[in-house]
Amino acid sequence: MSQALEPARPAAARGAGEGGLKGLVRATEIDTRMLGMVGALLVIWLVFHVASGGVFLTPRNLWNLTVQTASISVMATGMVLVIVTRNIDLSVGSILGFSGMVMAVMQTAVLPNLLGFGSPVLWIAALLAGLAVGVAIGGLQGYVIAYLGVPSFIVTLGGLLVWRGAAWWVTQGRTVAPLDDTFRLLGGGAEGALGSFWTWVLAGLACLAFAAGLLSQRRRRLRYGFPLRPVWAETLIGVVVFAAILGAAAVLNAYEWPAAITRRYAEANDIAVPEGGLRIGYGVAVPVLVAILVGIVMTFVAKRTRFGRYVFAIGGNPEAAELAGINTRLVLTKVFMLMGGLAALGAAISTARLNAATNALGTLDELYVIAAAVIGGTSLAGGAGTIVGAMIGALVMQSLQSGMVLLGIDSPMQSIVVGIVLVIAVWIDTVYRRRAA
Amino acid sequence: MSTTLDAIADHGRGFSDAIDRSGPPLVDMRDISISFGGIHAVETASVNLWPGEVVALLGHNGAGKSTLIKILSGAYKRDSGEIFVRGEPARIDNPRDAKAAGIETIYQTLALADNVDAAANLFLGREIMTPFGTLDDAAMEAQARKVMGRLNPNFRRFKEPVKALSGGQRQSVAIARAILFDAKILIMDEPTAALGPQETRQVGDLVKELKREGIGIFLISHDIHDVFDLADRVIVMKNGQVVGEALTSDVTKDEVLGMIILGKCPPGAKPGPGAARG
Repeated sequence: MSQALEPARPAAARGAGEGGLKGLVRATEIDTRMLGMVGALLVIWLVFHVASGGVFLTPRNLWNLTVQTASISVMATGMVLVIVTRNIDLSVGSILGFSGMVMAVMQTAVLPNLLGFGSPVLWIAALLAGLAVGVAIGGLQGYVIAYLGVPSFIVTLGGLLVWRGAAWWVTQGRTVAPLDDTFRLLGGGAEGALGSFWTWVLAGLACLAFAAGLLSQRRRRLRYGFPLRPVWAETLIGVVVFAAILGAAAVLNAYEWPAAITRRYAEANDIAVPEGGLRIGYGVAVPVLVAILVGIVMTFVAKRTRFGRYVFAIGGNPEAAELAGINTRLVLTKVFMLMGGLAALGAAISTARLNAATNALGTLDELYVIAAAVIGGTSLAGGAGTIVGAMIGALVMQSLQSGMVLLGIDSPMQSIVVGIVLVIAVWIDTVYRRRAA
Repeated sequence: MSTTLDAIADHGRGFSDAIDRSGPPLVDMRDISISFGGIHAVETASVNLWPGEVVALLGHNGAGKSTLIKILSGAYKRDSGEIFVRGEPARIDNPRDAKAAGIETIYQTLALADNVDAAANLFLGREIMTPFGTLDDAAMEAQARKVMGRLNPNFRRFKEPVKALSGGQRQSVAIARAILFDAKILIMDEPTAALGPQETRQVGDLVKELKREGIGIFLISHDIHDVFDLADRVIVMKNGQVVGEALTSDVTKDEVLGMIILGKCPPGAKPGPGAARG
């Protein structure tokens, strides 16, 4: 309330006259919740690093971590919108399984007959077919939820069973492999990564974009006379983010191709091997690039488009949104279509990574996706959540999983730990929200 | 809105004779009925509203006044009856239809999306877009500052979700939303229920100003003292039916109370289908 009583001080620096951590947080306008999550992630990493005898924080493990997180984090961005509208989607794992199976069958059995074997457009045609299936399934479920009024929990619980069964029917349970070579790049691996040069280019572009964003935000605030961040705070944010981007690029580039693959590659391409051996860095993997792009697009959709605004308004007060003239049913249907499409994209990444579509692909993914969104700050009461948060949430989940594998913890114990961590994380968040409110 | 303002200034008309009965009524609801699960919430109710007129719709809780008005604002669909807007039959099936007809509503619950800020609420469903098809938040906030400056000059919390605002501030956001888009017909459901004396006076001033602009206003209340002095006419409902209507100049507060409580029409009132016999 004290803010309301303060007279407006246009263009005054924020956080002036406040010392210590509180002043820092206020001046930089950092979301403390997000900061806490990143802090928790770093703690998890450090604990695993020490416990595993220095194996966790290595380029190789971190690179693998990014690739393993890609599929879940892509789907988590959609789950944020679903949960924000006070709904849930339990069917994403099964949609992943079914659309993955469709994509695999398309590129191995159906499309080669139409386009010819090894056609360069084979992979994209298969991908589009899979995406169309995902969007159609999402649209169907969304229609039943929004227009027929069946609760989303039930509709997608049904979907969980239906689409898993449908995946089985596509090939009578047979595994489909191997997949198209170009399609497989979506899954990462030595070929499916950008390499050092393009990774540095990407990191440079990301730094430029971030700096431009900071500047344009500052200019906009100035134009409308809104309070500005002090220059030192802007600089601090810039430096920290630049360091994070460039550091991530350096780590991903530091993971190098295994010697045998490098030798074969050099022989195949007539590259002279210099003294000390040829060193080729992996760089950002294609699935990770896909996930980053999805994150950017979904953040844009959530924050800058009418659709995103309606999604949050519906989550805040469905009745008010309806009375404001929003076609809430259509918006809801679109949210589920988007979720279906993202599940299909997740399927492309998972199948490409495995180089096969199996019947069990994506089993239990719905729970990891929901957990990622919720750990990332999406409120199950609706109306609140961020895309970035959900993606970091996915990274937290995957770090736990991957760290426990490194420690040799057996799978039942992993499930127990992940389950407990989920509950504790949401409990901490509830306490935090109650204090903040 | 500004053109009507100018026209009124030209004619220099006073407060009481701002009602324009030269044309058709702004709103004419005829024989409206709606029932929920066999209960007649509203039964053959007829009400009308002229430009520049303030009509108070009175009755106990459950008398059917809110339900009747929700039919006009598109929140409920009527079972039977007709609605004419400016003499033309109007099809109002949902809130979008009502808004298109120039009918704006300030709901008792305010109907705000609590998790987004004031500007987002003001423009909900009618956002200003940039040429690139993205939300123009800066333009919306600038407009919001303008209209809020007129309603509530002390309001500064444009960046906060409206759930962080006080009752009065939330009320002004809801009112600002209703008058932002050139409303011709304004429905205010219990507009002062959550307000303190000073804010109530502000709402009263606003009603008078809008009336001068030629806007027709339905004030809905269960408390006659809230609205009697603002209204030109009262319509009383009981058990889903219209008890009767009267110009406020022809009846006393006590007589209107008698209509509300007993359903008994005084000599100055025109009885409706729900009037008590004998």
